Parts: sequence; structure tokens; C-alpha cells
Amino acid sequence: MANSVSSANIIVSVKNLSFSRGSRKIFDDVSLDIQRGKITAIMGPSGTGKTTLLKLIGGQLYPDKGQIHVDGQNVHRLKTADLYTLRKRMGMLFQSGALLTDMNVYDNVAFPLREHTHLPESMIRTLVLMKLHAVGLRGARNLMPSELSGGMARRVALARAIALDPLMIMYDEPFTGQDPISMGALVHLIKSLNVTLGLTSIIVSHDVQETAAIADYIYVLSEGKIVGQGTPQQLEKSDSQWVQQFMNGYADGPVHFHYPANDYLDDLLASQ
Amino acid sequence: MLELLENLGKTTRSSFAKLGRGTFFLTHILTGISEVLPRPSLLMKQMYSVGVLSFLIITISGLFVGMVLGLQGFNILSDFGAEESLGVMVAASLVRELGPVVSALLFAGRAGSALTAEIGLMKATEQLSGMEMMAVDPIKRIISPRFLAGFLSMPLLAALFSAIGVMGGYMVGVGMLGVDDGAFWAQMQANIDFREDIINGVIKSVVFGFVVSWIALFEGYDAIPTSEGVSRATTRTVVNSAFSILGLDFILTALMFGDI
Repeated sequence: MANSVSSANIIVSVKNLSFSRGSRKIFDDVSLDIQRGKITAIMGPSGTGKTTLLKLIGGQLYPDKGQIHVDGQNVHRLKTADLYTLRKRMGMLFQSGALLTDMNVYDNVAFPLREHTHLPESMIRTLVLMKLHAVGLRGARNLMPSELSGGMARRVALARAIALDPLMIMYDEPFTGQDPISMGALVHLIKSLNVTLGLTSIIVSHDVQETAAIADYIYVLSEGKIVGQGTPQQLEKSDSQWVQQFMNGYADGPVHFHYPANDYLDDLLASQ
Repeated sequence: MLELLENLGKTTRSSFAKLGRGTFFLTHILTGISEVLPRPSLLMKQMYSVGVLSFLIITISGLFVGMVLGLQGFNILSDFGAEESLGVMVAASLVRELGPVVSALLFAGRAGSALTAEIGLMKATEQLSGMEMMAVDPIKRIISPRFLAGFLSMPLLAALFSAIGVMGGYMVGVGMLGVDDGAFWAQMQANIDFREDIINGVIKSVVFGFVVSWIALFEGYDAIPTSEGVSRATTRTVVNSAFSILGLDFILTALMFGDI
């Protein structure tokens, strides 16, 4: 089959991906592989298209050039029905949680089960409670999404993402805007779910410390290109100035503190 | 001058593109309806929020429109000594025109704007996108039941509007102005034709229900997912629905009653 990718260890393979929005190039000939059973992080400053990459992998956007294979299937060549079958095995955790606001926590987690399976309600109840217990929110099952804190909403969304026992989960900025306690809870959850459920996790994030603590492999993106990759230890020792600046959060470096502008003095002295 | 031409071209192109997206969206909704029918609970919930919750505004407006028709009709008809025809006048204007048109306008304002805002916000909060990633087609799961609910509610609401309006006309005409009770009903019964008047009115309200639901859902789905985008989309729903209702009303009336 022309669509198949040989290496069984690679679950997502991105080859020569180019994508642009309007005239802005978001990805320029990017290639990366994501290993089965591992936690792979994709990092980079805000606005480098990390979320776009997840949407491309999920088949919600089409690349201008290049291919993306998930579990051996070319995502953008699939028919809608096959793409939907594939998506049942991909969980995605949105930054906002994307919970359905007209249902309570229980029904949100039950939603994919009710849509895709014909399980009896008693079985669904058992499954939902198990998933909610795994994220520590079994007691919150009757709350509405509007009554949840940001961290709780994300955990409910995580329970929903694992409801159908997917092959992999994509996390979109899971740590952004979390207090230290819920951040810790999420870091722990992502790691433990990956181990206990045998998942593959893809984390898109710019929170260096938290991500580096649990990731097995990291790709660093900037301006549409991969500027560094390796294990967290390798990246810490990277001799790329750019990677050093990003990993250590220096204010100035290859990425300048100032937005491109005219010469400061000229600007100040310029008459209207 | 060149700029004017350029803008004209841009506007034309973008409105055709929008029409294309809208048509594609509509066919997608219609194919989704076959999946709504086996799950009546989805439809019931939407019938409640689209139809039942519009009940009050339709009833009250219908009552007042009917009462005003009674007053105005009486003034004009009494000049010709034809007060007894008040029943016909009230019923014909309601069943043929005011029932379908005014209830559709109210429906667009009450239910249409709510649909647009709801869908637009679901888009803005990534609920639609999230559903897609859960391998659930949001158009079939979210939009189709709402469309069907709007399409089915509209003729019922228009019928309610006309019925309450007739009661309003009766209250004013017979109750306050002293038109003969028997003549009011008998003339109405003799002169309102089932096919010519009632069926035509129902056809109008079915068409309006279809168009308003389509516009409202499409504007929500096509909205720019920001608070400003959703607010603009809601405005467009009301404005475009009003234009479509009034324009289509003229066309339908010309086809049904005109000898053009």
C-alpha cells in the first residue's frame, strides 16, 4: 500500500510539511516523527503554529505541501468516513477544554460513548465513573462546565478524551494559565495516563519546565522550522543560541526583545 | 474610480463565495436530517427552545395585531356600512399576510438571533471543533436538529399567531365596537377559502421557516469566532432574515394571488 509507513514504532510522521495562512508561512518544509508510547513535546514561542500542527494532524486543516501519516494512514487522503474512524482513536485536549456547555460533567464524558457505541446506559455509567475517577473528579459529575475552574475543566476534557481509549492524545497548551497545584496535577496526570493506558502523548506547549519534566523527546519550532530537537537533557546542552534562549527564557538573544522598528533616536526626533 | 471597481468586484466575489458556502452548508444539513429522525430526543429539545420559548412573544403580538386590525378595519368598513365584513377582513389579512410575515419576523428576532449566537459561541469556544475531533459531525449533531426544529415550528407559530389575532379582532370588533356576533363568524366562514387562503398562508410560513432557520444557523456557523464576530453575525441574521422574508413574501404573493 502506498499509504503505509514502514516503521511500526512511529505513530505520527510528518513529512516536508508546508502550510501558510494568507501570505504568512506557518510551516516551511517541516518533518518530524512521533514515537509510539512516548511523550513527545512540540515547543516554541506563541504564534509559531503549534496548535495549527495539531489541527493538521487531526485532519481539520489541509497542508499546502507534504504529508502526515497517523498510524500508517495518510490523514489528508482519507475519505470523511475513514477520517472519522481514525479520529475515534485520537483524543485531543483543547486549550479551553471545549466542553459542551449545555451538558453537565457526566454527560460530557458520556458524550463520545453515546455517540459512537451502543453500550447500555449501565455500562456507560461504569465507564464514565472510571474515567472521571482517573482524573480525580468523580465527585464533580453533576456540575455544569460553567461551575468548573479552568484546571477542572481541562481534567474533565481529559476524561472525555480518554473515554474511547484512544491510541494517542494531543494536548494543546495544557499548562497555560494554571495555578501551581492544578499544573502539578495535570503534569502528573499526563505522565501517569501515558504509562497506565499505554498511550502516545503529543504535548504542544511553551511551558518549558513542566514539559521538559515529563517529555521523552522535544521538538522546538520557530518561524516555521524546527530549530532544535532531542531529549530534554540533550536540549539543555544544545549549542544553538536560539534553543538556549528559549529553554532558559532569556529576554534578549536571537529573538529580539524589540519588535522590528525604525532606529530609536530617529523615531524620537522625527517630526510629525 | 478604479478603487470603486475593485471594491465592487471584491464584494461580488465574497458574496458569491458566501452563497456557495451557504448552499454547501444547506445540503450538509439536509443529509444530516436522516440521522436526526431516529433520535427524537435531539429534536424535542430544540423544538422546546426554538418553538415553545417563542410562544409568548407570538401570542401577545398576535393578540395586539388582531386588536388593531379590528379597530382600523371597523373604522374603514363602517364608512361603507360594511361592519359585518370585519371578520373576513381580519381573518384574510391575518391568514394570508400578517400571520406568516409578522410571525416570521418575530421568529427571526427571537429564535433566529438566539440560534446564531449559540452556534457562533460554540464555534468561538471550540466546541464545534472539539466535536469534530471526537469524530462527531457537528453539522449533523448540532445544526440539523435545530434546523428541523425551526422548520417545523414556524408554520405552527404562524397558525397560532393568526388564530390569536382573529380572537383579538373579535374581542375589539364584537366585544367593544358592537359588530354582530353571528355576522362576524358567518361572513368569515363563507369568504375564507381553505385552499386559496389557508393553504397559501401555510406555504408561506413553511418557506419562511426554512429560510430563517437556514440563515440563522449559517450565520452562526460562518461567524468569525470572536465576540465582535458573533455580535455582527447576530445582526446579519435579523437583517438578512427580514429582507428575505419580505422579498419572498412579495414573490410568493405574486405567484399565489397576482395575475401577473
